[in-house]
Amino acid sequence: MVSISDLKKISDFEWEIPTSIDKAMRVPVRIFATHKLLEAVMDDQSLQQAVNSASLPGLVGHVVVMPDMHQGYGFPIGGVAATSYPQGVISPGGIGYDINCGIRLLSSQIMYQEVVEYLDELASALNHACPSGVGVKGRIRLSDKELDNVCREGSRWAKQQGYADEADLQRTEEGGCIEGANPASVSSRARQRGKEQLGTLGAGNHFIEVEVVDQVFDQQAALLMGLKEGALTLQIHCGSRGFGHQICTDYVASFQSAVKRYDIHLPDRELVCAPLTSPEGQAYLSAMRCAANYAFANRQILAHFARQAFELTLAGKVKNWYLFQVYDIAHNIGKIEQHVVNGELMKLCVHRKGATRAFGPGEAELPEVYREIGQPVLVPGSMGTASWVLVGTEQSMQRSFGSTCHGAGRMMSRAQAKKKIWGEDLRNSLQAGGIHIRTGSLSGLAEEAPEAYKDVDEVVETVTRAGLARKVARLSPLIVVKG
Amino acid sequence: MKESQTSGYEEIEHTADCQVRVWGKDLSFLLMQAAISMNTLIGMALKPEPRLTRNFSLSFSDIEELLVSFLNELLFFIEMEGIGFDQFKLSIDDHQLDAIVYGAPIASLRKEIKAVTYHNLKIENTSHGLEAHIVFDV
Repeated sequence: MVSISDLKKISDFEWEIPTSIDKAMRVPVRIFATHKLLEAVMDDQSLQQAVNSASLPGLVGHVVVMPDMHQGYGFPIGGVAATSYPQGVISPGGIGYDINCGIRLLSSQIMYQEVVEYLDELASALNHACPSGVGVKGRIRLSDKELDNVCREGSRWAKQQGYADEADLQRTEEGGCIEGANPASVSSRARQRGKEQLGTLGAGNHFIEVEVVDQVFDQQAALLMGLKEGALTLQIHCGSRGFGHQICTDYVASFQSAVKRYDIHLPDRELVCAPLTSPEGQAYLSAMRCAANYAFANRQILAHFARQAFELTLAGKVKNWYLFQVYDIAHNIGKIEQHVVNGELMKLCVHRKGATRAFGPGEAELPEVYREIGQPVLVPGSMGTASWVLVGTEQSMQRSFGSTCHGAGRMMSRAQAKKKIWGEDLRNSLQAGGIHIRTGSLSGLAEEAPEAYKDVDEVVETVTRAGLARKVARLSPLIVVKG
Repeated sequence: MKESQTSGYEEIEHTADCQVRVWGKDLSFLLMQAAISMNTLIGMALKPEPRLTRNFSLSFSDIEELLVSFLNELLFFIEMEGIGFDQFKLSIDDHQLDAIVYGAPIASLRKEIKAVTYHNLKIENTSHGLEAHIVFDV
């Protein structure tokens, strides 16, 4: 187990685990956290998992861990690991089972005071419009050909079907479509699961939330994003559903033998990987991109359903009920990107697991509208607490492979949360605080109680003080819909 | 004392996901306990009828791989066919499992498991038989 005394303090917000702590480490681990946030994870496996991740062949720079870190399986949640391309490896476990789990934020011109009396009706309309819950199938059934198109085209497919407009695509990471997705790399099992689940939210910590902008920190950035103090926003948190889960399961299984073929030795079997240029590595990369595109399309369709629910509830009651896309980002993904490492421009495979891309101003990958201010970063809080809109910085490019945190980060197990918190009490207290809740499971609600998470404000304070992002706006929840 | 039972399971704390410790007097019992622990984790309730049977075979190169594949197989039936299983007849030789699993349509499910992971997975010999810790991504 790693202890705080093993860490080298770089600043109040940055720490390093040197390679001397474990001979299997190929690079150091760099942690962005306050002493208090570090102490919060000393009882779990987060730091040991970060040390284990640092043993992947072909890593460059350092493994980065964000302040919302917590124990995962294999890699810690809140981790970033970059391998050189094409000499390095790709690890499905470094991306996670919910490939391209991510966040979409939409803004509006609807002022809270105008609609306060309709919020409960809006919560019901959203709950009805957006299928959620354990085992719930969607209203869309894809043929084999349509599924292939979703894999290749992501949100572009959604646009062809009338679920998106051009502005939505422009304001999505990768334009909602990562090139190089090959459906032939996807198993028949994944296909079966994928055909029935497009346009569904799922369960667990996935949600749709309506918020009000309660504070703006950067007027220029907020204006570009359509964020206005007192106006409503909507966030969608979900990923590639059973399609992505199956793809990761399939490749973690097949890579068990690949590591033997390529003579790769790892401290944990969940870290299995394959050289990026190997047939196995290429197959996973193209299958993972299929799931990433599926997830972009999934959030796009849910956004379309949410727009319908807003129209149904608010048309005729407010002047403009349209939801404008702010941005859509992945926080579980592997991307081929260029970064400067030790003064050298390198092509890398950046694994982000529970970490958000946070490209700084001027980066060519950003849509023109955001190129001057940096990429919008969406950091949801725990249920009932604030969420944050940030932008990436030049420093995030230099210090964390253009990445930052992805949320509050759990600190209490689900079992413990259920023991301590009664779902019905939680729902009543959230409702008493003016938050309208729709949930398929009260025990599931208890598992996601705010007490089970770190303080998102402290996590955001850490990444902004560390220079990995800049604050734009804070959002306060009004409606939570979860499965 | 739980260890005095020849087979069993218990949930272990995990910050974000679900972890169980399972034990059994041999590999078949370990697999069955793992399946039953997974049923409990997801809060699965079955309809009383119709009773249903499914057969499948899995090849494997080591017993940890077998454990993960077996549970993933059951998860696939749960998700795609809406069937859960509560009785198992397992025949295992060096590299193959032949399974007959008995169950019924699912009446309700409380939780979704995304995957069965290999995280720190090692099936170990104990004085009672075999034991493993399994982490489920939820």
